[in-house]
Amino acid sequence: MNDMSDGYAVFLKRDCPTCVLVAPVVAKMREAGLPVTIYSQDDPSFPDGMADIHDDRTLENAFRNDIETVPTLLRFEHGAEVARCVGWVRSEWQDTSYLKDLGSDLPELRPGCGSKSVEPGIAERLAVEFGDVPIKSRRIEISEIEDDAEACYDRGWTDGLPVVSPTRERVYRMLQGTSRAPDEVVGIMPPDLAECTVEKIAINAVMAGCKPEYMPLVLAAVEGALIDEFCLHGLLATTWFSSPVLVVNGPEARRVGMNARGNALGQGNRANATIGRALQLIVRNVGGGRPGEVDRSCLGNPGKYTFCFAEDEEGSCWDSLSVERGFAADASTVTLFAGDGVQPIYDQKSREPEDLARTFALCLRSLNHPEMAMVGDAILVISPEHERVFRDAGWDKARLRQELDELLLMPDAGTYPSRLRPDMKMPQGATDAPSKMRPGGLLIVRAGGGAGMFSAVIGGWVASGEKGSVPVTKEVS
Amino acid sequence: MSDNMIMLDPTSELDPAQRQRLARPESLDGLTVGLLDISKARGDVFLDRIAELFEADGIAVKRYSKPTFTRPAPTDLAQTIAAEVDVVVEGLAD
Repeated sequence: MNDMSDGYAVFLKRDCPTCVLVAPVVAKMREAGLPVTIYSQDDPSFPDGMADIHDDRTLENAFRNDIETVPTLLRFEHGAEVARCVGWVRSEWQDTSYLKDLGSDLPELRPGCGSKSVEPGIAERLAVEFGDVPIKSRRIEISEIEDDAEACYDRGWTDGLPVVSPTRERVYRMLQGTSRAPDEVVGIMPPDLAECTVEKIAINAVMAGCKPEYMPLVLAAVEGALIDEFCLHGLLATTWFSSPVLVVNGPEARRVGMNARGNALGQGNRANATIGRALQLIVRNVGGGRPGEVDRSCLGNPGKYTFCFAEDEEGSCWDSLSVERGFAADASTVTLFAGDGVQPIYDQKSREPEDLARTFALCLRSLNHPEMAMVGDAILVISPEHERVFRDAGWDKARLRQELDELLLMPDAGTYPSRLRPDMKMPQGATDAPSKMRPGGLLIVRAGGGAGMFSAVIGGWVASGEKGSVPVTKEVS
Repeated sequence: MSDNMIMLDPTSELDPAQRQRLARPESLDGLTVGLLDISKARGDVFLDRIAELFEADGIAVKRYSKPTFTRPAPTDLAQTIAAEVDVVVEGLAD
Protein backbone atom coordinates (compact mmCIF):
# COMPACT_ATOMS: atom_id res chain seq x y z
CA MET A 1 0.00 0.00 0.00
CA ASN A 2 1.15 3.51 -0.76
CA ASP A 3 2.24 6.01 1.81
CA MET A 4 -0.85 8.07 2.34
CA SER A 5 0.28 9.94 5.40
CA ASP A 6 -1.08 13.11 3.83
CA GLY A 7 -3.21 13.33 0.76
CA TYR A 8 -6.11 11.71 -1.00
CA ALA A 9 -7.06 8.26 -2.21
CA VAL A 10 -9.85 7.57 -4.64
CA PHE A 11 -11.23 4.11 -5.42
CA LEU A 12 -12.75 3.60 -8.88
CA LYS A 13 -13.79 1.00 -11.40
CA ARG A 14 -14.51 1.41 -15.09
CA ASP A 15 -17.68 -0.63 -14.82
CA CYS A 16 -19.30 2.06 -12.65
CA PRO A 17 -21.10 4.94 -14.44
CA THR A 18 -20.60 7.24 -11.45
CA CYS A 19 -16.86 6.55 -11.53
CA VAL A 20 -16.82 7.46 -15.23
CA LEU A 21 -18.73 10.63 -14.31
CA VAL A 22 -16.23 11.69 -11.63
CA ALA A 23 -13.08 10.77 -13.57
CA PRO A 24 -12.66 14.38 -14.85
CA VAL A 25 -13.11 15.63 -11.28
CA VAL A 26 -10.26 13.45 -10.11
CA ALA A 27 -8.14 14.85 -12.95
CA LYS A 28 -9.00 18.39 -11.81
CA MET A 29 -7.94 17.62 -8.25
CA ARG A 30 -4.54 16.55 -9.55
CA GLU A 31 -4.31 19.61 -11.81
CA ALA A 32 -4.92 21.71 -8.70
CA GLY A 33 -1.84 20.13 -7.19
CA LEU A 34 -3.54 17.80 -4.75
CA PRO A 35 -1.74 14.49 -4.13
CA VAL A 36 -4.38 11.98 -5.27
CA THR A 37 -3.66 8.26 -5.35
CA ILE A 38 -5.99 6.50 -7.76
CA TYR A 39 -6.91 2.85 -7.18
CA SER A 40 -8.56 1.18 -10.14
CA GLN A 41 -10.36 -2.05 -9.34
CA ASP A 42 -11.04 -3.52 -12.75
CA ASP A 43 -8.83 -1.80 -15.29
CA PRO A 44 -5.49 -0.11 -14.54
CA SER A 45 -5.89 2.07 -17.68
CA PHE A 46 -8.94 3.72 -16.14
CA PRO A 47 -9.50 6.67 -15.89
CA ASP A 48 -8.35 7.08 -19.49
CA GLY A 49 -5.44 9.38 -20.11
CA MET A 50 -4.34 9.65 -16.51
CA ALA A 51 -0.91 8.69 -15.26
CA ASP A 52 0.17 6.92 -12.15
CA ILE A 53 -2.87 4.74 -11.59
CA HIS A 54 -2.52 1.99 -9.01
CA ASP A 55 -3.68 -1.39 -10.18
CA ASP A 56 -5.91 -2.65 -7.35
CA ARG A 57 -7.28 -5.68 -9.13
CA THR A 58 -6.17 -7.77 -6.17
CA LEU A 59 -8.51 -5.47 -4.17
CA GLU A 60 -6.03 -5.42 -1.32
CA ASN A 61 -6.22 -1.65 -0.92
CA ALA A 62 -10.00 -1.65 -1.13
CA PHE A 63 -10.11 -4.37 1.53
CA ARG A 64 -7.64 -2.63 3.83
CA ASN A 65 -9.57 0.64 3.61
CA ASP A 66 -12.97 -0.95 4.08
CA ILE A 67 -14.27 0.32 0.77
CA GLU A 68 -17.86 -0.75 0.11
CA THR A 69 -18.76 1.63 -2.72
CA VAL A 70 -17.02 3.17 -5.70
CA PRO A 71 -16.25 5.95 -6.11
CA THR A 72 -15.00 6.57 -2.58
CA LEU A 73 -12.73 9.52 -1.82
CA LEU A 74 -10.59 9.44 1.31
CA ARG A 75 -8.50 12.23 2.82
CA PHE A 76 -5.57 11.39 5.08
CA GLU A 77 -3.72 13.60 7.54
CA HIS A 78 -0.66 12.27 9.35
CA GLY A 79 -1.55 8.79 8.20
CA ALA A 80 -5.06 8.83 9.60
CA GLU A 81 -8.25 8.97 7.60
CA VAL A 82 -10.04 12.25 8.33
CA ALA A 83 -12.71 12.35 5.64
CA ARG A 84 -14.63 9.85 3.48
CA CYS A 85 -16.93 10.65 0.58
CA VAL A 86 -19.02 7.69 -0.62
CA GLY A 87 -20.43 7.93 -4.14
CA TRP A 88 -20.66 11.39 -5.69
CA VAL A 89 -22.03 14.08 -3.39
CA ARG A 90 -20.77 17.34 -4.87
CA SER A 91 -20.72 19.33 -1.65
CA GLU A 92 -18.83 16.62 0.20
CA TRP A 93 -16.18 16.32 -2.51
CA GLN A 94 -15.84 20.13 -2.56
CA ASP A 95 -15.46 20.30 1.23
CA THR A 96 -13.02 17.42 1.34
CA SER A 97 -10.85 18.76 -1.50
CA TYR A 98 -11.17 22.42 -0.47
CA LEU A 99 -11.90 23.11 -4.15
CA LYS A 100 -15.06 25.22 -4.13
CA ASP A 101 -15.95 24.76 -7.78
CA LEU A 102 -15.07 21.10 -8.03
CA GLY A 103 -17.52 19.25 -10.26
CA SER A 104 -19.81 22.22 -10.54
CA ASP A 105 -20.86 21.00 -13.99
CA LEU A 106 -21.96 17.64 -12.54
CA PRO A 107 -25.25 16.77 -10.86
CA GLU A 108 -25.40 17.28 -7.11
CA LEU A 109 -25.64 13.65 -6.27
CA ARG A 110 -25.06 10.31 -7.91
CA PRO A 111 -24.93 7.10 -5.87
CA GLY A 112 -21.98 4.85 -6.60
CA CYS A 113 -21.73 1.15 -7.35
CA GLY A 114 -20.63 -1.72 -5.13
CA SER A 115 -16.89 -2.03 -4.64
CA LYS A 116 -15.60 -5.26 -6.19
CA SER A 117 -14.16 -6.08 -2.78
CA VAL A 118 -17.62 -6.72 -1.33
CA GLU A 119 -18.94 -8.88 -4.13
CA PRO A 120 -20.22 -12.30 -3.04
CA GLY A 121 -17.40 -14.79 -2.71
CA ILE A 122 -14.76 -12.06 -2.99
CA ALA A 123 -15.08 -10.71 0.55
CA GLU A 124 -14.21 -14.13 2.03
CA ARG A 125 -11.21 -14.52 -0.25
CA LEU A 126 -9.89 -11.11 0.71
CA ALA A 127 -10.47 -11.73 4.41
CA VAL A 128 -8.45 -14.95 4.16
CA GLU A 129 -5.72 -13.38 2.02
CA PHE A 130 -5.28 -10.01 3.66
CA GLY A 131 -7.32 -10.06 6.85
CA ASP A 132 -6.54 -11.17 10.33
CA VAL A 133 -8.51 -14.42 10.28
CA PRO A 134 -7.61 -16.44 13.36
CA ILE A 135 -7.70 -19.89 11.76
CA LYS A 136 -5.21 -22.22 13.37
CA SER A 137 -5.77 -25.56 11.69
CA ARG A 138 -2.93 -27.12 9.79
CA ARG A 139 -2.90 -26.24 6.11
CA ILE A 140 -2.87 -29.16 3.73
CA GLU A 141 -1.58 -28.23 0.30
CA ILE A 142 -3.14 -30.15 -2.56
CA SER A 143 -1.06 -30.13 -5.71
CA GLU A 144 -2.76 -28.73 -8.77
CA ILE A 145 -2.45 -32.10 -10.47
CA GLU A 146 -4.28 -33.80 -7.62
CA ASP A 147 -8.06 -34.06 -7.53
CA ASP A 148 -9.22 -32.41 -4.33
CA ALA A 149 -12.15 -34.80 -3.82
CA GLU A 150 -9.81 -37.77 -4.16
CA ALA A 151 -7.33 -36.11 -1.81
CA CYS A 152 -10.02 -36.00 0.90
CA TYR A 153 -10.71 -39.70 0.37
CA ASP A 154 -7.00 -40.52 0.44
CA ARG A 155 -6.62 -38.81 3.79
CA GLY A 156 -9.49 -40.76 5.31
CA TRP A 157 -11.62 -37.67 5.91
CA THR A 158 -14.87 -38.94 4.40
CA ASP A 159 -17.69 -41.24 5.45
CA GLY A 160 -17.56 -42.92 2.04
CA LEU A 161 -19.47 -40.19 0.24
CA PRO A 162 -17.67 -37.22 -1.31
CA VAL A 163 -17.10 -34.17 0.88
CA VAL A 164 -16.90 -30.47 0.05
CA SER A 165 -13.21 -29.51 0.13
CA PRO A 166 -12.57 -27.46 3.28
CA THR A 167 -10.83 -24.45 1.76
CA ARG A 168 -9.98 -21.46 3.93
CA GLU A 169 -12.60 -19.33 2.20
CA ARG A 170 -15.36 -21.85 2.87
CA VAL A 171 -14.30 -22.34 6.47
CA TYR A 172 -14.14 -18.57 6.98
CA ARG A 173 -17.65 -18.27 5.56
CA MET A 174 -18.87 -21.10 7.82
CA LEU A 175 -17.41 -19.34 10.84
CA GLN A 176 -19.55 -16.30 10.01
CA GLY A 177 -22.51 -18.48 10.99
CA THR A 178 -21.63 -18.17 14.66
CA SER A 179 -20.47 -15.40 16.97
CA ARG A 180 -18.36 -17.88 18.92
CA ALA A 181 -14.59 -17.60 18.62
CA PRO A 182 -12.89 -20.16 16.35
CA ASP A 183 -10.53 -21.24 19.12
CA GLU A 184 -13.24 -21.86 21.71
CA VAL A 185 -13.05 -25.46 22.88
CA VAL A 186 -16.56 -26.88 22.72
CA GLY A 187 -15.59 -30.13 24.36
CA ILE A 188 -13.34 -33.17 24.33
CA MET A 189 -14.25 -35.53 21.51
CA PRO A 190 -13.95 -39.29 21.99
CA PRO A 191 -12.46 -41.70 21.31
CA ASP A 192 -9.15 -39.86 20.90
CA LEU A 193 -10.20 -37.34 23.58
CA ALA A 194 -9.16 -34.50 21.27
CA GLU A 195 -10.10 -30.88 21.83
CA CYS A 196 -12.99 -29.99 19.57
CA THR A 197 -12.92 -26.31 18.72
CA VAL A 198 -15.51 -24.18 16.92
CA GLU A 199 -13.02 -24.06 14.04
CA LYS A 200 -12.79 -27.86 13.69
CA ILE A 201 -16.57 -28.02 13.82
CA ALA A 202 -16.75 -25.42 11.03
CA ILE A 203 -14.26 -27.34 8.87
CA ASN A 204 -16.26 -30.54 9.17
CA ALA A 205 -19.53 -28.64 8.63
CA VAL A 206 -18.08 -27.39 5.33
CA MET A 207 -17.17 -30.93 4.36
CA ALA A 208 -20.67 -32.19 5.29
CA GLY A 209 -22.22 -29.57 2.99
CA CYS A 210 -23.70 -27.27 5.65
CA LYS A 211 -24.60 -23.64 5.10
CA PRO A 212 -23.20 -21.12 7.60
CA GLU A 213 -26.66 -20.59 9.08
CA TYR A 214 -26.69 -24.21 10.23
CA MET A 215 -23.72 -23.59 12.56
CA PRO A 216 -25.78 -22.92 15.73
CA LEU A 217 -27.55 -26.24 15.23
CA VAL A 218 -24.33 -28.11 14.50
CA LEU A 219 -22.73 -26.59 17.60
CA ALA A 220 -25.72 -27.59 19.73
CA ALA A 221 -25.58 -31.10 18.28
CA VAL A 222 -21.90 -31.43 19.17
CA GLU A 223 -22.43 -30.00 22.64
CA GLY A 224 -25.35 -32.35 23.19
CA ALA A 225 -23.35 -35.34 21.99
CA LEU A 226 -20.64 -34.48 24.51
CA ILE A 227 -23.00 -34.41 27.51
CA ASP A 228 -21.70 -37.23 29.67
CA GLU A 229 -25.08 -38.98 30.05
CA PHE A 230 -25.27 -39.42 26.28
CA CYS A 231 -22.19 -41.66 26.43
CA LEU A 232 -20.84 -40.90 22.96
CA HIS A 233 -17.71 -42.99 23.46
CA GLY A 234 -19.62 -46.16 24.23
CA LEU A 235 -22.16 -45.44 21.52
CA LEU A 236 -19.38 -45.17 18.98
CA ALA A 237 -17.61 -48.29 20.16
CA THR A 238 -20.61 -50.60 20.54
CA THR A 239 -21.18 -53.68 18.38
CA TRP A 240 -24.84 -52.56 18.27
CA PHE A 241 -26.32 -50.59 15.33
CA SER A 242 -26.88 -47.21 16.96
CA SER A 243 -25.40 -43.78 16.48
CA PRO A 244 -26.66 -40.26 17.24
CA VAL A 245 -30.15 -39.47 15.94
CA LEU A 246 -30.96 -35.74 16.09
CA VAL A 247 -34.45 -34.33 16.61
CA VAL A 248 -34.64 -30.54 16.19
CA ASN A 249 -37.38 -28.42 17.75
CA GLY A 250 -38.26 -24.74 17.68
CA PRO A 251 -37.95 -21.76 15.37
CA GLU A 252 -34.35 -22.52 14.41
CA ALA A 253 -35.50 -25.65 12.55
CA ARG A 254 -37.91 -23.56 10.49
CA ARG A 255 -35.36 -20.77 9.99
CA VAL A 256 -32.93 -23.08 8.23
CA GLY A 257 -35.68 -24.89 6.34
CA MET A 258 -35.51 -28.29 7.97
CA ASN A 259 -38.02 -30.89 6.85
CA ALA A 260 -40.52 -32.20 9.40
CA ARG A 261 -43.15 -33.30 6.90
CA GLY A 262 -43.19 -35.60 3.89
CA ASN A 263 -40.12 -37.87 3.85
CA ALA A 264 -38.90 -36.25 7.09
CA LEU A 265 -36.78 -39.29 7.89
CA GLY A 266 -35.52 -39.58 4.33
CA GLN A 267 -33.27 -37.86 1.88
CA GLY A 268 -33.54 -34.60 -0.02
CA ASN A 269 -33.41 -31.78 2.55
CA ARG A 270 -30.04 -30.11 2.83
CA ALA A 271 -30.33 -29.04 6.47
CA ASN A 272 -31.56 -32.44 7.67
CA ALA A 273 -28.89 -34.23 5.66
CA THR A 274 -25.87 -32.10 6.41
CA ILE A 275 -26.40 -31.22 10.08
CA GLY A 276 -26.57 -34.90 10.95
CA ARG A 277 -23.64 -35.66 8.68
CA ALA A 278 -21.53 -32.88 10.20
CA LEU A 279 -21.78 -34.50 13.64
CA GLN A 280 -20.78 -37.87 12.19
CA LEU A 281 -17.78 -36.36 10.38
CA ILE A 282 -16.68 -34.57 13.57
CA VAL A 283 -16.78 -37.86 15.46
CA ARG A 284 -14.75 -39.42 12.67
CA ASN A 285 -12.21 -36.71 12.04
CA VAL A 286 -11.80 -34.89 15.35
CA GLY A 287 -12.55 -37.85 17.60
CA GLY A 288 -10.90 -40.45 15.39
CA GLY A 289 -13.96 -42.71 15.58
CA ARG A 290 -13.83 -44.87 12.48
CA PRO A 291 -15.48 -48.19 11.63
CA GLY A 292 -13.17 -51.14 11.98
CA GLU A 293 -11.15 -49.21 14.55
CA VAL A 294 -12.89 -48.01 17.70
CA ASP A 295 -16.28 -48.24 15.97
CA ARG A 296 -16.95 -51.96 16.33
CA SER A 297 -20.53 -52.06 15.05
CA CYS A 298 -21.50 -55.53 13.86
CA LEU A 299 -23.86 -54.30 11.12
CA GLY A 300 -24.19 -50.54 11.51
CA ASN A 301 -27.14 -48.74 9.96
CA PRO A 302 -27.62 -46.19 7.17
CA GLY A 303 -28.30 -43.50 9.77
CA LYS A 304 -24.60 -43.52 10.55
CA TYR A 305 -24.14 -41.30 7.49
CA THR A 306 -26.72 -38.88 8.86
CA PHE A 307 -29.95 -39.08 10.85
CA CYS A 308 -31.48 -35.72 11.65
CA PHE A 309 -35.01 -34.38 11.33
CA ALA A 310 -37.32 -31.78 12.82
CA GLU A 311 -40.54 -32.27 14.76
CA ASP A 312 -43.62 -30.92 12.97
CA GLU A 313 -44.87 -28.52 15.63
CA GLU A 314 -47.11 -26.33 13.50
CA GLY A 315 -50.69 -27.48 13.80
CA SER A 316 -49.86 -30.12 16.39
CA CYS A 317 -52.30 -30.54 19.23
CA TRP A 318 -49.48 -31.83 21.40
CA ASP A 319 -46.65 -30.33 23.38
CA SER A 320 -43.46 -30.74 21.40
CA LEU A 321 -40.68 -33.06 22.50
CA SER A 322 -38.74 -30.00 23.56
CA VAL A 323 -41.55 -28.67 25.79
CA GLU A 324 -42.05 -32.14 27.27
CA ARG A 325 -38.38 -32.12 28.15
CA GLY A 326 -38.70 -28.84 30.04
CA PHE A 327 -37.82 -26.16 27.48
CA ALA A 328 -39.85 -23.06 26.62
CA ALA A 329 -42.22 -23.34 23.66
CA ASP A 330 -40.18 -20.78 21.70
CA ALA A 331 -36.81 -22.38 22.50
CA SER A 332 -34.85 -24.13 19.78
CA THR A 333 -33.31 -27.40 20.86
CA VAL A 334 -31.48 -30.42 19.54
CA THR A 335 -32.36 -33.72 21.21
CA LEU A 336 -29.87 -36.54 20.75
CA PHE A 337 -30.98 -40.13 20.86
CA ALA A 338 -28.74 -43.16 20.56
CA GLY A 339 -30.81 -44.77 17.85
CA ASP A 340 -30.73 -46.93 14.77
CA GLY A 341 -33.17 -47.97 12.10
CA VAL A 342 -36.72 -47.03 11.25
CA GLN A 343 -39.40 -49.66 11.92
CA PRO A 344 -42.63 -48.84 10.12
CA ILE A 345 -46.02 -49.09 11.86
CA TYR A 346 -48.95 -49.91 9.61
CA ASP A 347 -52.48 -49.15 10.80
CA GLN A 348 -55.06 -47.83 8.37
CA LYS A 349 -58.07 -49.18 10.23
CA SER A 350 -57.98 -47.86 13.80
CA ARG A 351 -60.27 -44.90 14.39
CA GLU A 352 -60.32 -45.07 18.19
CA PRO A 353 -57.28 -43.98 20.21
CA GLU A 354 -57.29 -47.18 22.27
CA ASP A 355 -56.98 -49.27 19.09
CA LEU A 356 -54.17 -47.20 17.65
CA ALA A 357 -52.32 -47.17 20.97
CA ARG A 358 -52.55 -50.98 20.97
CA THR A 359 -50.96 -51.07 17.53
CA PHE A 360 -48.14 -48.82 18.74
CA ALA A 361 -47.61 -50.98 21.81
CA LEU A 362 -47.48 -54.20 19.79
CA CYS A 363 -44.87 -52.75 17.48
CA LEU A 364 -42.85 -51.36 20.37
CA ARG A 365 -42.92 -54.75 22.09
CA SER A 366 -41.24 -56.35 19.10
CA LEU A 367 -38.20 -54.09 19.42
CA ASN A 368 -34.87 -55.88 19.81
CA HIS A 369 -36.50 -59.05 21.09
CA PRO A 370 -40.23 -59.45 21.75
CA GLU A 371 -39.65 -61.33 25.00
CA MET A 372 -37.23 -58.85 26.51
CA ALA A 373 -38.11 -55.82 28.60
CA MET A 374 -36.26 -52.61 29.39
CA VAL A 375 -33.49 -53.16 26.93
CA GLY A 376 -33.50 -50.21 24.56
CA ASP A 377 -35.17 -46.81 24.38
CA ALA A 378 -37.23 -45.72 21.38
CA ILE A 379 -38.61 -42.74 19.53
CA LEU A 380 -42.21 -43.10 18.42
CA VAL A 381 -42.68 -40.88 15.35
CA ILE A 382 -46.39 -40.26 14.89
CA SER A 383 -47.65 -39.01 11.55
CA PRO A 384 -50.35 -36.33 11.28
CA GLU A 385 -53.00 -38.81 10.16
CA HIS A 386 -52.37 -40.97 13.21
CA GLU A 387 -52.15 -37.94 15.49
CA ARG A 388 -55.59 -36.92 14.24
CA VAL A 389 -57.11 -40.00 15.88
CA PHE A 390 -55.83 -38.83 19.26
CA ARG A 391 -56.68 -35.20 18.57
CA ASP A 392 -60.29 -36.04 17.72
CA ALA A 393 -60.59 -38.02 20.95
CA GLY A 394 -59.00 -35.24 23.01
CA TRP A 395 -55.96 -37.30 24.02
CA ASP A 396 -52.90 -35.30 24.91
CA LYS A 397 -49.45 -36.88 24.95
CA ALA A 398 -49.75 -37.65 28.66
CA ARG A 399 -52.95 -39.62 28.05
CA LEU A 400 -51.30 -41.57 25.24
CA ARG A 401 -48.30 -42.29 27.45
CA GLN A 402 -50.58 -43.54 30.22
CA GLU A 403 -52.25 -45.93 27.79
CA LEU A 404 -48.93 -47.12 26.40
CA ASP A 405 -47.50 -47.61 29.88
CA GLU A 406 -50.28 -50.08 30.63
CA LEU A 407 -50.08 -51.83 27.29
CA LEU A 408 -46.32 -52.18 27.53
CA LEU A 409 -46.36 -54.05 30.82
CA MET A 410 -44.88 -57.47 30.19
CA PRO A 411 -45.86 -59.98 32.85
CA ASP A 412 -44.24 -62.65 30.75
CA ALA A 413 -40.99 -60.77 30.43
CA GLY A 414 -38.20 -62.94 31.55
CA THR A 415 -39.33 -65.76 29.32
CA TYR A 416 -36.12 -64.88 27.64
CA PRO A 417 -33.45 -65.32 28.82
CA SER A 418 -34.62 -67.22 31.89
CA ARG A 419 -36.25 -69.93 29.80
CA LEU A 420 -32.81 -70.60 28.38
CA ARG A 421 -30.73 -69.79 31.44
CA PRO A 422 -32.73 -70.05 34.68
CA ASP A 423 -29.78 -68.65 36.59
CA MET A 424 -29.83 -65.37 34.67
CA LYS A 425 -31.38 -62.44 36.45
CA MET A 426 -33.91 -59.95 35.17
CA PRO A 427 -32.63 -56.55 34.15
CA GLN A 428 -31.92 -54.21 37.01
CA GLY A 429 -35.12 -52.51 38.23
CA ALA A 430 -37.37 -55.10 36.68
CA THR A 431 -40.36 -56.34 38.63
CA ASP A 432 -42.67 -59.25 38.10
CA ALA A 433 -44.46 -57.14 35.51
CA PRO A 434 -41.84 -54.87 34.02
CA SER A 435 -42.55 -52.49 31.23
CA LYS A 436 -41.07 -52.97 27.81
CA MET A 437 -39.69 -49.46 28.07
CA ARG A 438 -37.44 -47.93 30.67
CA PRO A 439 -39.12 -44.99 32.47
CA GLY A 440 -38.28 -41.93 30.38
CA GLY A 441 -37.07 -44.14 27.56
CA LEU A 442 -39.90 -43.49 25.11
CA LEU A 443 -39.80 -40.22 23.17
CA ILE A 444 -42.85 -39.21 21.16
CA VAL A 445 -42.60 -36.76 18.25
CA ARG A 446 -44.92 -35.74 15.45
CA ALA A 447 -43.56 -35.72 11.91
CA GLY A 448 -44.40 -36.85 8.42
CA GLY A 449 -46.47 -35.99 5.41
CA GLY A 450 -50.19 -35.25 5.41
CA ALA A 451 -51.12 -38.51 3.74
CA GLY A 452 -50.35 -41.93 5.19
CA MET A 453 -51.71 -43.70 8.23
CA PHE A 454 -48.26 -44.87 9.12
CA SER A 455 -46.02 -44.08 12.04
CA ALA A 456 -42.55 -45.30 12.94
CA VAL A 457 -40.45 -46.62 15.75
CA ILE A 458 -36.79 -45.66 15.87
CA GLY A 459 -35.19 -48.21 18.12
CA GLY A 460 -32.30 -47.36 20.38
CA TRP A 461 -29.07 -48.70 21.75
CA VAL A 462 -29.60 -51.73 23.95
CA ALA A 463 -27.36 -50.14 26.57
CA SER A 464 -29.98 -47.58 27.54
CA GLY A 465 -30.32 -45.72 30.80
CA GLU A 466 -27.66 -44.95 33.32
CA LYS A 467 -25.56 -47.94 32.34
CA GLY A 468 -25.28 -46.57 28.82
CA SER A 469 -26.94 -43.67 27.04
CA VAL A 470 -29.94 -41.55 27.95
CA PRO A 471 -31.48 -39.03 25.51
CA VAL A 472 -30.18 -35.51 26.04
CA THR A 473 -31.43 -32.13 24.86
CA LYS A 474 -29.30 -29.06 24.20
CA GLU A 475 -30.75 -25.62 23.66
CA VAL A 476 -29.47 -23.80 20.56
CA SER A 477 -27.69 -20.61 21.58
CA MET B 1 1.78 -17.98 -8.04
CA SER B 2 1.06 -21.62 -7.29
CA ASP B 3 -2.36 -22.93 -8.18
CA ASN B 4 -2.18 -25.49 -5.40
CA MET B 5 -5.31 -25.68 -3.31
CA ILE B 6 -5.05 -25.09 0.41
CA MET B 7 -7.38 -27.10 2.59
CA LEU B 8 -7.71 -26.95 6.35
CA ASP B 9 -7.13 -30.13 8.30
CA PRO B 10 -10.45 -31.38 9.71
CA THR B 11 -8.77 -33.79 12.12
CA SER B 12 -7.25 -33.43 15.55
CA GLU B 13 -3.88 -33.40 13.75
CA LEU B 14 -2.45 -36.44 15.48
CA ASP B 15 -1.12 -37.80 12.18
CA PRO B 16 1.52 -36.22 9.92
CA ALA B 17 0.19 -33.96 7.17
CA GLN B 18 1.93 -35.98 4.49
CA ARG B 19 0.49 -39.34 3.68
CA GLN B 20 2.79 -42.03 5.03
CA ARG B 21 4.20 -44.92 3.05
CA LEU B 22 3.01 -48.35 4.03
CA ALA B 23 5.36 -50.06 6.44
CA ARG B 24 7.75 -52.52 4.82
CA PRO B 25 6.79 -56.14 5.50
CA GLU B 26 9.14 -57.89 7.90
CA SER B 27 9.10 -61.01 5.79
CA LEU B 28 7.91 -62.03 2.33
CA ASP B 29 6.52 -65.34 3.62
CA GLY B 30 3.08 -65.86 2.19
CA LEU B 31 3.14 -62.62 0.22
CA THR B 32 2.98 -62.23 -3.54
CA VAL B 33 5.66 -60.15 -5.20
CA GLY B 34 4.96 -58.23 -8.40
CA LEU B 35 7.81 -57.58 -10.81
CA LEU B 36 7.18 -54.54 -12.96
CA ASP B 37 9.16 -54.21 -16.16
CA ILE B 38 8.96 -50.60 -17.31
CA SER B 39 10.00 -51.69 -20.84
CA LYS B 40 13.53 -50.35 -20.78
CA ALA B 41 16.17 -52.40 -22.54
CA ARG B 42 17.22 -55.55 -20.67
CA GLY B 43 14.96 -54.81 -17.76
CA ASP B 44 13.42 -58.22 -18.47
CA VAL B 45 16.80 -59.91 -18.05
CA PHE B 46 17.25 -58.35 -14.64
CA LEU B 47 13.71 -59.22 -13.55
CA ASP B 48 13.98 -62.80 -14.87
CA ARG B 49 16.88 -63.35 -12.50
CA ILE B 50 15.02 -61.70 -9.60
CA ALA B 51 12.06 -63.96 -10.30
CA GLU B 52 14.28 -67.04 -10.22
CA LEU B 53 15.67 -66.02 -6.84
CA PHE B 54 12.22 -65.37 -5.34
CA GLU B 55 10.82 -68.59 -6.71
CA ALA B 56 13.77 -70.52 -5.34
CA ASP B 57 12.72 -69.23 -1.93
CA GLY B 58 9.13 -70.34 -2.54
CA ILE B 59 7.77 -66.84 -2.94
CA ALA B 60 4.95 -66.30 -5.43
CA VAL B 61 5.79 -63.91 -8.26
CA LYS B 62 3.61 -62.14 -10.80
CA ARG B 63 5.02 -60.32 -13.82
CA TYR B 64 3.81 -57.03 -15.28
CA SER B 65 5.12 -54.62 -17.85
CA LYS B 66 4.32 -51.07 -18.78
CA PRO B 67 3.63 -50.35 -22.47
CA THR B 68 6.38 -47.72 -22.49
CA PHE B 69 8.89 -46.35 -20.03
CA THR B 70 8.14 -42.82 -21.19
CA ARG B 71 4.78 -42.55 -19.51
CA PRO B 72 3.33 -43.41 -16.10
CA ALA B 73 1.67 -46.79 -15.82
CA PRO B 74 -1.88 -46.84 -17.20
CA THR B 75 -4.48 -46.67 -14.44
CA ASP B 76 -5.83 -50.16 -15.09
CA LEU B 77 -2.33 -51.63 -14.82
CA ALA B 78 -1.68 -49.82 -11.55
CA GLN B 79 -5.01 -51.02 -10.19
CA THR B 80 -4.37 -54.58 -11.30
CA ILE B 81 -0.98 -54.63 -9.60
CA ALA B 82 -2.42 -53.12 -6.40
CA ALA B 83 -5.18 -55.74 -6.35
CA GLU B 84 -3.01 -58.77 -7.08
CA VAL B 85 0.24 -58.39 -5.15
CA ASP B 86 1.53 -57.28 -1.77
CA VAL B 87 4.95 -55.94 -2.78
CA VAL B 88 6.38 -54.62 -6.05
CA VAL B 89 9.93 -54.66 -7.39
CA GLU B 90 10.45 -52.26 -10.25
CA GLY B 91 13.48 -52.08 -12.51
CA LEU B 92 14.02 -48.41 -13.28
CA ALA B 93 17.22 -48.11 -15.34
CA ASP B 94 18.87 -49.60 -18.43
